Amino acid sequence: MENLPKNEHLKFDLYKAVVIGVSAGGLNALKQVLALMPAGFKLPVIIVQHLHPDQDHSMVEILDRCSALRVKEAEEKEPVAPGLVYLAPPNYHLLIELDGTFSLSIDAKVNFSRPSIDVLFESAADAYCPGLIGIILTGASSDGAAGLRRIKDGGGMAIVQDPAGAEYSIMPSAAIEATEVDYILDLQGIGKLLAVIGREKTRELKTQN
Amino acid sequence: MRKEEIEDIEINLLLQGIYSRYGHDFRNYARGSVKRRILNFMAKVDQKTVSGLISLVLHDEAFFEKFVRELSITVSEMFRDPEFFKLLRNQVIPYLKTHPFIKIWHAGCATGEEVHSLAIVLKEEGFYERSTIFATDFNDSALMNAREGIYPMERMQEFTANYQRSGGTGPFAGYYRAAYGAAIFDPSLRKNIVFANHNLATDGVFSEMHLVVCRNVLIYFDRNLQNRTLKLFRDSLAHGGVLALGSKEDLQFSEVAGDFKILDAKWKIYQKTSI
Ligand SMILES: C[S@@+](CC[C@H](N)C(=O)[O-])C[C@H]1O[C@@H](n2cnc3c(N)ncnc32)[C@H](O)[C@@H]1O
Repeated sequence: MENLPKNEHLKFDLYKAVVIGVSAGGLNALKQVLALMPAGFKLPVIIVQHLHPDQDHSMVEILDRCSALRVKEAEEKEPVAPGLVYLAPPNYHLLIELDGTFSLSIDAKVNFSRPSIDVLFESAADAYCPGLIGIILTGASSDGAAGLRRIKDGGGMAIVQDPAGAEYSIMPSAAIEATEVDYILDLQGIGKLLAVIGREKTRELKTQN
Repeated sequence: MRKEEIEDIEINLLLQGIYSRYGHDFRNYARGSVKRRILNFMAKVDQKTVSGLISLVLHDEAFFEKFVRELSITVSEMFRDPEFFKLLRNQVIPYLKTHPFIKIWHAGCATGEEVHSLAIVLKEEGFYERSTIFATDFNDSALMNAREGIYPMERMQEFTANYQRSGGTGPFAGYYRAAYGAAIFDPSLRKNIVFANHNLATDGVFSEMHLVVCRNVLIYFDRNLQNRTLKLFRDSLAHGGVLALGSKEDLQFSEVAGDFKILDAKWKIYQKTSI
């Protein structure tokens, strides 16, 4: 990303995890973003995609096929591992514990959703901030806006899909409304930025330059 | 130190305080969900810090009662995971029928939706009269709802759809009557159910159970409490008895893994093989 401020690259080293919230239009958006993330990406990517409760697990398989990274469903008590992409299971809230493991709950819906983006983002902020990147993509809901603000309040980074190009603009707009966002980008831009951040972890950029 | 870490210390103090003062033990619960509930409660009572909450909870019993209700909110559903209930009907019950008479422990029954579902399956399979079901929870107000078997009418659409997909053979509406916007389930479903308070963190075993059902309770526990609970289930089951957990709850990494064999890996149905 040539257009980043000069020292921006340095602080990328601090990030420990990426969380993504997406709703209506999510499958296409995630396909595009994940396709741009290179093998060897150094951070865990944890995703809440709003689904119908009975949705089968085909989403995991579809995304796994179009990504160089391994995509799997997050399991209860599983330690979060770098370089993997995790999806919340349908009909459960997904949380991250302070010890870096996943937990699940069937507590009431939040913002009419289970899994809820806010529930993931708020627990992830506790576990990782300031080293957390929160991303809101297309959706017709306002879930995730409060969670993204928590991430910013904790010193993390907030990225939102440009509502102008999003399949559904309500969720990105709500997130932009709720907090000061670091980057508003299209899907390509988000994918490329993540690729840089994940690579920066290995400090490859410096040797390349 | 980060604000989140300080808050974690405060929550430890709060849970320790509740245990010492009232005997309720939430120390071994998965922290993420407990914290959400604490923060929800703090917003309701307009408390800014967990430390502020501690003194109120310790000194004011009525306040504590309100708080513990929030901490132990229950959520349930009839025929949740229809596929699971189909397996119960088609695989587990035929096996149970080889016994003249069976005992079932349904742990963490909450407001009773699931145990009513179980009763309906047993009835339709012609085995209810030979079954006794112990339905337990540590939340008395949830148990009170379970004993009544009254649920909001607007939930019936979802429950009916689940029931049909689980292989139900009757008209679902035959199991309840509608009154004042509520569905009142037939008392005959509860005839062989014994409701009782039982705390999985502190209470003991049941004996010679043929089936233990405990779904979506272990996900709220940490590894230690999970292991305690699973040992309780193992020791409560007769040899060859069946254990059914929630679809995201696994024996595989627990201390009792060697005492069971898997009957269905996806829906987490196990059979006790140890003596
Ligand atoms: C999410 S509900 C699950 C209800 C039902 N089994 C289902 O899956 O629909 C969890 C239940 O576990 C109960 N529970 C939590 N901790 C418990 C404990 N230590 N002993 C007994 N029950 C407990 C709660 O009161 C609640 O009713």
